[in-house]
Amino acid sequence: MTAAASISPHNTQDGQHGEATRQPAWDHQHVLDLDDFTVDEIQTVLTTAERMREALDRRIARVPALRGYTVVNLFYEPSTRTRVSFELAGKVLGADVISVASSTSSVVKGESLIDTVRTLRAMRADAIVMRHSIAGSPYLAAAHTDASIINAGDGAHAHPTQALLDLYTIQSRLGSIEGKRVVMIGDIAHSRVARSDMWGLTAMGAEVVLCGPPTLMPRGLKTSDRPAHAEAALPRVTVETDIDRAIEGADVVMALRLQSERQEGGLLPSLHEYAQMYQVTAARLARAKPGHVLMHPGPKNEGIEIAGSVAVGQSSIIEEQVTNGVAIRMALLYLLSGRTELPGQDSSPASSAGSSTGSSTGSVPGAGSEARS
Amino acid sequence: MTTIAIHNGRVIDPALGQDGIADVVIVGGRIARVGPGEGDAVIDAERIDATGLVVAPGFVDLHTHLREPGQEHKETIATGTAAAARGGYTTVCAMPNTTPALDSRPAVESVLREADATGRVRVLPIGAITMGRQGKELTPQGELRNAGVVALSDDGDAVADASLMRHALEYSTQFAMPVAQHCEDPSLVRDGQMHEGWVATRLGLRGRPASAEETMVARDIALAELVGAHLHICHVSTAGSVALIAAARERGAHITAEVTPHHLTLTHEEVAFDGDYVHLRYDTNAKVNPPLREEADLEALTAALRDGVIDAIATDHAPHASTDKDIEFDLASPGLTMLETAFGLSMRLVHQGRLTLPTLIERMSIGPVRAWGLDALEGLQGLGTLAPGALGDVTLLDPDAEWTVDPAAFASKGKNTPLGGRTLKGMVVATIYGGALVHETERIVAL
Repeated sequence: MTAAASISPHNTQDGQHGEATRQPAWDHQHVLDLDDFTVDEIQTVLTTAERMREALDRRIARVPALRGYTVVNLFYEPSTRTRVSFELAGKVLGADVISVASSTSSVVKGESLIDTVRTLRAMRADAIVMRHSIAGSPYLAAAHTDASIINAGDGAHAHPTQALLDLYTIQSRLGSIEGKRVVMIGDIAHSRVARSDMWGLTAMGAEVVLCGPPTLMPRGLKTSDRPAHAEAALPRVTVETDIDRAIEGADVVMALRLQSERQEGGLLPSLHEYAQMYQVTAARLARAKPGHVLMHPGPKNEGIEIAGSVAVGQSSIIEEQVTNGVAIRMALLYLLSGRTELPGQDSSPASSAGSSTGSSTGSVPGAGSEARS
Repeated sequence: MTTIAIHNGRVIDPALGQDGIADVVIVGGRIARVGPGEGDAVIDAERIDATGLVVAPGFVDLHTHLREPGQEHKETIATGTAAAARGGYTTVCAMPNTTPALDSRPAVESVLREADATGRVRVLPIGAITMGRQGKELTPQGELRNAGVVALSDDGDAVADASLMRHALEYSTQFAMPVAQHCEDPSLVRDGQMHEGWVATRLGLRGRPASAEETMVARDIALAELVGAHLHICHVSTAGSVALIAAARERGAHITAEVTPHHLTLTHEEVAFDGDYVHLRYDTNAKVNPPLREEADLEALTAALRDGVIDAIATDHAPHASTDKDIEFDLASPGLTMLETAFGLSMRLVHQGRLTLPTLIERMSIGPVRAWGLDALEGLQGLGTLAPGALGDVTLLDPDAEWTVDPAAFASKGKNTPLGGRTLKGMVVATIYGGALVHETERIVAL
């Protein structure tokens, strides 16, 4: 039984566990999007998630690092997977987790968002995980509370925890993100996943290709569509309407969910046409690089944006994304809590982390027991 | 009524082409004399030392939301006209999107009565184009004209039905009354929240494309030309609209246009950024319809204002309560409060050397008056000028004074401005309406 073992991510270099190493890069009260994350901060999250993933896999009932920490899931839009993922993440770490689902907007209820958030904070909520159909709502909340706001998806704007789990999954599968060609296919215009992924992927050095019909491609993504002074205001990406050209040589192919409302809104002739033009199929995947991986943020419409056979095929890592999602959310809750110790653990999940830190040991279960500060 | 003598100011009266140091004497609520030393000739006057200041005709706003009746929590005629006085305005044209809408004689008369009782400056009501601004049946234009409206508009809800708009324009020709349209095709803007472009893409907000405005500007110009009517384009915001208006005026069509200080000076970046491109905001105080556009649009609007393709600066002063703005972006009401910052913000163009001060003053005084023919209306002869005999409406300005915008200090109930905390260069130091001081700052020195 080891006593306090640190899982704080500054112990990432082999042989340096006992040293007073530098603080991990982390300066966030809220997680609103990845646009204000530095590369080091992203790496801190990925490294921490690595340890969390180990804790998760070892099926230790509880890792009570967040005992006494209260997480409220405030969901103004229906969600199963993201909400459950956050609930599990909090519970595995011993936090008190409460989920509030509200399909109606706060205004319809007669209570403002600001009031709701302040009320939850008055009840001593430490973190509020928020999903909202209106872009920017977590920013409004964050401006009016000192609880940590975690954006679990706001309209078509951002889904930073999904982006982080995507980064983690790519890094763990392909060894690194830098230099990889990542193709996102589908409804880019309405995709908060694509927006957050663009920031994270380009920050980590990936080449990002966006592919979809022109009616589902937002304006201004091409650098030439922005004034010179605003070049850095959006990630540097390539836009491609031809799916075959887009997939050519890809390391990562990501299909995005297509909402049937897009057809009803006149943005698409038909779902049948969409499937013909943009469905990720085995034949199209053959153009990707050998060893490529196939991802999807879920929930999938098999037969529309992705062929059923490839969704469960050899290169699919879709389920792994889901598992990693819990680890990423554990990592974020842990980092936001500001806690640095994991008390009373049989075996700490601390260990060397991802390959991108240069560690050569990889993740050996139990290796973290040496890691105490 | 007292006599007021304004000494030694730089008198700029664009209507008369006048720009020089002179005194202005107001007797009995009307301009009596203008000229060097004229103030010394009068005895027993209230004297103001305007040395170093600009003396201009009182400003005229073609587009003001006073919110009364029906939305007095946002603004009242009393607070809105007090804000106007602080902004140098002595005449405001009140938009009809009240509750009830100004679509009947009693509704118009109620506004005029309230303005008489509590208004700090002159209020000229604008009537609705369609009943209840519903876009279905025409209002009684003759009855509204007789009740005192100076123009017709359905304000933010553009008349979408082209045939109905054609008939509204056609019917209006018998009254020589402008029909003012907020041009944005509702089927193109849908539930758009801001200008469609790269900032909306960054924010994940649905866009309102420039073409939504331009297609309706083009449509309405064609309709106005068909029936020979006077069409006024409200708050022009795109370079494409400017080109359409310029071409129509070139053809001799009776098209007039206005632009707001914010569409002239602020871009869509205002919604999202404050100093860098890393940290985002969703500033509902910069949410306005039509939306703030791009730099190329600002350039075109400024050139059009300078060249007279756009006749007037209008504020589209749109006060809202904090409960209308401190909410989720899509739910927030569009519009910003502007009367008290209009001059200071517009002065940016002068300080940047893109507009002369006399031109700016022209577009805020005689420009709007001539656009709508307001000085042909009973009792308004000489509106927008300092000609002897004209109404005693005068604004005193310090073009170089810097001040910091403090929304809490606004006379308007609406504190919804994206300019809070910013420094503006150009200050209204006093406003005289009908020969009486209705606004003065400590910079005014009585002699």
